[in-house]
Amino acid sequence: MSVGQAIPTTVGEPPDGDLQQQFLYEMLLIRRFEEKCAEMYTRGKIRGFLHLYSGEEACAVGAINALRADDKIVTHYRDHGHALARGIEPNRIMAELFARTGGTNEGRGGSMHIFDVDRNFLGGYAIVAGHMPIATGLGLAANLSHEDWATLCIFGDGGVGEGEFHEALNLAAIWKLPVVWFCENNGYGMGVPFDDSLANDVYKIAAAYQMPSVRIDGMDALEVYSATQLALAHVREGHGPYFIEALTYRYRGHSMADPELYRTKAEIEEYRKRDAIQRLKRSMIADGLLDETTYQALVARVDAEVDEAVAYADASPEPGLHTLYDHITKEYEGESG
Amino acid sequence: MTEMRMRDAIREAMREEMLRDERVFLMGEDIGAYGGSYACTRGLLDEFGPERVRDTPISESGIVGAGVGAALAGFIPMVEIMTINFSLVALDQIVNNASKLHYMSGGQVNVPLVLRMASGGGSQLGATHSHSLEGMFAHFPGLTVVCPSFPGDAKGLLKRSFREPNPVVFIEHTALYGTRGEVPDDTDHLVEFGQARTVRSGKDVTLVGYSGSVHQCYRAADMLAAEHGLTADVIDLRTIRPLDMSSVIRSVQRTNRAVVVEDDWKFGGFAGEIAAQIMERAFDWLDAPVARVAGKDVPMPYNRNLEYAALPSEEDVVEAVLAML
Repeated sequence: MSVGQAIPTTVGEPPDGDLQQQFLYEMLLIRRFEEKCAEMYTRGKIRGFLHLYSGEEACAVGAINALRADDKIVTHYRDHGHALARGIEPNRIMAELFARTGGTNEGRGGSMHIFDVDRNFLGGYAIVAGHMPIATGLGLAANLSHEDWATLCIFGDGGVGEGEFHEALNLAAIWKLPVVWFCENNGYGMGVPFDDSLANDVYKIAAAYQMPSVRIDGMDALEVYSATQLALAHVREGHGPYFIEALTYRYRGHSMADPELYRTKAEIEEYRKRDAIQRLKRSMIADGLLDETTYQALVARVDAEVDEAVAYADASPEPGLHTLYDHITKEYEGESG
Repeated sequence: MTEMRMRDAIREAMREEMLRDERVFLMGEDIGAYGGSYACTRGLLDEFGPERVRDTPISESGIVGAGVGAALAGFIPMVEIMTINFSLVALDQIVNNASKLHYMSGGQVNVPLVLRMASGGGSQLGATHSHSLEGMFAHFPGLTVVCPSFPGDAKGLLKRSFREPNPVVFIEHTALYGTRGEVPDDTDHLVEFGQARTVRSGKDVTLVGYSGSVHQCYRAADMLAAEHGLTADVIDLRTIRPLDMSSVIRSVQRTNRAVVVEDDWKFGGFAGEIAAQIMERAFDWLDAPVARVAGKDVPMPYNRNLEYAALPSEEDVVEAVLAML
């Protein structure tokens, strides 16, 4: 489905067998990582709020694999999957969740605030839609630099009711900024169904800001990849922003504290039948790109990597109390920036 | 030195920094063709063009957030928020993003963003357009809060703000835009943060202010000298975060009395912070409790007489000094 300005009708480049296998591996890694996080949370190794991404893997893997290394990402607080898909080491992410010095943010950020500037991963943000104007600013910087890198801004359907969503989209549209807005619509803003929260479909609301806007199947990594490729080509060519609403579903609660009183187990089971990992596995086998032995090898690989991440995190020291005041402000050295 | 008005000193600082560093750009509501609500950006659009002097929609949260994003990507944006009252709409970006990203990311990113905004009451604009929120911004770790009182300092502090690798909230009192003062011509003239200035020396009492209240302190010192034979130290804090308490303490150790003056509400206000720090560091030198002269605890009224009564005056400062002798 699509509305808004003229939308490219050709599909993006289909991923070859190797890339599809990479998608499968990354989705398995994210799923296993999140399961392990739940276990570590119940064992008290991970504290604070923990929002797991299980079920939504195709969004991160499809969208982020379409990016170039110099493209920027800002995302929301359910961010482990995005960080993993961007190639941030599971060890460093797990160590951040364990609040250790070996973590991406030296234990200062936590689950909701993963940063890795070397990968242009400019943060998980925990105020709903609060990062969307930042994406606008990144897009402005690209235009002012006359460079063709793009910004991928990932947010949930819960962000669409926030004022910052509308301000960010409007500014990006009037200034024709190279931003791909990527809405992971998992059906609920915490526990409230989006039908009860929004006056219109998400992609139609976005289309009102005069940008191409499409609704895609967010449980299909290949479709997400293809749609994001098209979006990136559009924004890189200077046509302004592009909006993708990916319909997806989270298998677990909003956070570990969620008693899930607002939905049924039957609903979750219904979505599990459309599971993105099993779907890609089936289609790759049908296309002769995968066999069960290779699949089991991938499963064993991610199991080992996640176990290694836990071991690394556990061995990493906690930050010393003498570092409490480190990084409040960057030191002024008489130079700007 | 050249004599100029505060608004011209502010414009000159932005102009010089834009000429010096092409990463600097400006955006805000009506800063382009209109020249800024307080005329601080007049002429800059013609000189630098619409990419670097960018008119924006009325969208404070959006443009401050865009400033944060551009800063993350290596630019040095100045976002003008027309008045400090509208900064309340953008607090999420200022507090949750700009002030925290360096810390939260473990030092990976920094936000060299300058936020200029006009502050203060006294123009019969009513309760929503007369705020003095300097102290609120000073509350947040990660922000620098600059409150100049004189054109020369305004230029040097604003230029210094553009060199700062962290977010700076630069607050300009609306009553001071038209005031004149000597401004250094040197394009490298910077005023360092966290250095108060003693604008007048005396021995009987220390009067502490920032932004507009420095001028009330100064006039009160005139009245104390002329009518009561008393002399006052007048300290202009210039920045309230970082805060130069050492200068205040040294003065109090000589005068043994202090009055802190600000436009903001007294209850929970910044004057209370200064009073508490004087108590902590100079208790034994005090001959009287530290006094606060601040705005009355009401939403700002529209009526001229009521508004005047709600704002601190030099007469209030004199009265406070006489009460502690």
